[in-house]
Amino acid sequence: MPSDEELYQDHILDHYEDPFHRGTLSTATHAHEDKNPLCGDVVRIELELNHDGKIADAFFSGEGCVISQASASMLLEKLQGKTVDEVKEFSAADMLELYGPRLTPNRQKCCLLSWKVLQSAVHSPIEEKRI
Amino acid sequence: MPLASSQLLPESLREDFPILNTDVLDGHPLVFLDNAASTQRPRQVIDAISRVYEHDYANVHRGIHTLSERSTEQYEQARDRVRQLINARESREIIFTQGTTASINLVARSWGETNLKPGDEILTTVMEHHSNLVPWQQVAAKTGAVLRHVPLTPDGRLDLDVYKNLLSARTKIVAVASVSNTLGTINPIAEMIPAAHAVGALVLVDAAQSVPHLPTDVTALDVDFLAFSGHKMLGPTGVGVLYGKESLLDAMPPFLGGGSMINEVRLDGFTPAELPAKFEAGTPPIAPAIAMSAAIEYLENIGLDAIHRHEQVLTQYAYDRLSQVEGLRILGPKPEFRAGLISFAFEKIHAHEFAQVLNDRFGVAVRAGHHCTQPLHKLLGLSASTRASFYLYNGREEIDRLLEGIAAVQAMFAPKGRRRRSQ
Repeated sequence: MPSDEELYQDHILDHYEDPFHRGTLSTATHAHEDKNPLCGDVVRIELELNHDGKIADAFFSGEGCVISQASASMLLEKLQGKTVDEVKEFSAADMLELYGPRLTPNRQKCCLLSWKVLQSAVHSPIEEKRI
Repeated sequence: MPLASSQLLPESLREDFPILNTDVLDGHPLVFLDNAASTQRPRQVIDAISRVYEHDYANVHRGIHTLSERSTEQYEQARDRVRQLINARESREIIFTQGTTASINLVARSWGETNLKPGDEILTTVMEHHSNLVPWQQVAAKTGAVLRHVPLTPDGRLDLDVYKNLLSARTKIVAVASVSNTLGTINPIAEMIPAAHAVGALVLVDAAQSVPHLPTDVTALDVDFLAFSGHKMLGPTGVGVLYGKESLLDAMPPFLGGGSMINEVRLDGFTPAELPAKFEAGTPPIAPAIAMSAAIEYLENIGLDAIHRHEQVLTQYAYDRLSQVEGLRILGPKPEFRAGLISFAFEKIHAHEFAQVLNDRFGVAVRAGHHCTQPLHKLLGLSASTRASFYLYNGREEIDRLLEGIAAVQAMFAPKGRRRRSQ
């Protein structure tokens, strides 16, 4: 059982308090939102894919526990500028490794929520452009 | 009457519960405050399970051999003990099920699908556990009946004025919890049942959170159906009870088909058995029911009145202390309207952080999440809350420990002007 000291490491709390790209993206071409039905954590990711299939920009919004929100911030920081193929190659295990502290199965779901949302978002074009 | 410490049960009864000696954290005894989800078991119940399997076990109602006779006798004695606990008239009005959820589904499917027509109304409440919402949504979709919900007062009780206005000749059944598993509210079912009967509606009470904690009298209440679970009252998992008035159960078709529930089977049909076997298809939860009877005996030896008083003292104490925590929002009404649980939320700190840190650093087990009441949480503007729920083995020093943990969580997650370091 990991202790909370390890679970809530400084760099994680830093991401929670000062997240990377929390907000919405007016130029978004793709977006997806999902929640964790067990606890109600919600994450939405909006991203702009350019013609090379690269993530030109990405923002997340949502609410939930430290793990769900900090992991979203860490994920977007990591994959900014990467291609869709690189996103696909970034596995659940990679996400857990990026997060760092070892998580119990229930908390892994919190950590993997943004990863799942991003995996869907790159395949979810926004149908109607907002005017 | 003022609540005095003399109303607390003796701490020595903790010794009956081996699991409470578990050391989840070095040097700290387990503080188990997740009793609304499932309680722990005393030695007497654990021994009852062993005794059945070591000495008295065989399938019930079938064999002529000694062990089958013994297990049948004990299984039926368990039924009669349940009958006495809730003061039902006949033991054939006691159906053993898998639990509260199975009991409610039995009524929704067997009674509901037979009796509900398009335009009929099912009246439930916004504070129900999913197990008293989803089965009715399913039966409404099948029958064309309409679901209505009693709203809350601002302090988290049922709005009885609206309840009475919602009742009409179209209302066929009212499905309500006696105690909310999230708000802790004790609902005034003694007042709600006659109002429903006055318009010709039946009443099903989800008593999962009240039978373990308060005296229950189905005859005095004149309730039509009452459902509860063994594992929330010191008993094993896998056994629960549906009480139903004999005339209603008699008129209902069997729910599950199979062995035991039949009188005669031909290749082209069957005739159902009499009550209660009619609703107990397949091999029933034999050992769990017998051990549940041991749990009832344990509870009755202490006394449900005494247990309720103990929980009231703890709840008042916890409520007073939690009320002083800045930024903490208590869900539900004042202590005088509530049973032994308190859910709370902070605007800035998610429930998961509380459950995690309370567990990892303080050895306190609480529940974080929506507690199977998503619609209620949405109504309260929350996605999750933290719940501390008490039982007869909890004490005030455990609430002190909870409060100590809450203060630590607040300090840990208070904004500190942190800056993310770029990778």
